Amino acid sequence: MDNKKPKSVFKQGAISSEFIADSIAKHQTKTSIGAHNIFLGQVRADVIQNKTVSAIEYTAYEEMANNKFHEIREATFEKFELTCMHIYHSLGLVKAGEICLFVFVSSPHRKMVFEALEYVVEEIKSKVPVFGKEIFEDNSHQWKINN
Amino acid sequence: MQITIKYFGLLSEVTGCKEEVYEFSGGSIAKLIDELYVKHPSLRNKEFQVAQNQELVPLKTELISNEIVLLPPFSGG
Repeated sequence: MDNKKPKSVFKQGAISSEFIADSIAKHQTKTSIGAHNIFLGQVRADVIQNKTVSAIEYTAYEEMANNKFHEIREATFEKFELTCMHIYHSLGLVKAGEICLFVFVSSPHRKMVFEALEYVVEEIKSKVPVFGKEIFEDNSHQWKINN
Repeated sequence: MQITIKYFGLLSEVTGCKEEVYEFSGGSIAKLIDELYVKHPSLRNKEFQVAQNQELVPLKTELISNEIVLLPPFSGG
């Protein structure tokens, strides 16, 4: 299973629709798959004390983060019957409306992908050392806190 | 012993550095953090976790690595 090897999950800047579409297209040759499920995290233009978030700048403790992504992948493959899984997270500046997280799980059957995707996304949110700096339109900022 | 301390996110902002080399006489991570509070009083009221060898560890853990990383609450995704 080539997709179980540790690799960097991070991409500089936003994750483009073209990249996502291309990832989907690449799976057309894997005909044991019957169900895909995709999560896309998008930067929200939150309004906080009358100021609007225009972008989030992501940084990460990359060595630990890549290890954690790898552990999450391994645990997910153990828990769920998946054919493959892909995770991409942005680093650097991602503007409001752009995609910062792309999780893609595939399985022969639909039930597995619904459960697996939620598990992966929640694990990423709680266990991976990534930090978002919310930048407002006036260039002031605050550090994002996940709910 | 000389150890490298790395600060991420808000913590690098309040300490004014992303990393620094610190001379530590040895002991627990809690002891190190107490010393860092003296050097960077702005850290005192901040929430963070500590990673040693790329794993989160309780403060009572003995320091064994020459690199310690202070991590504010995660906010990926």
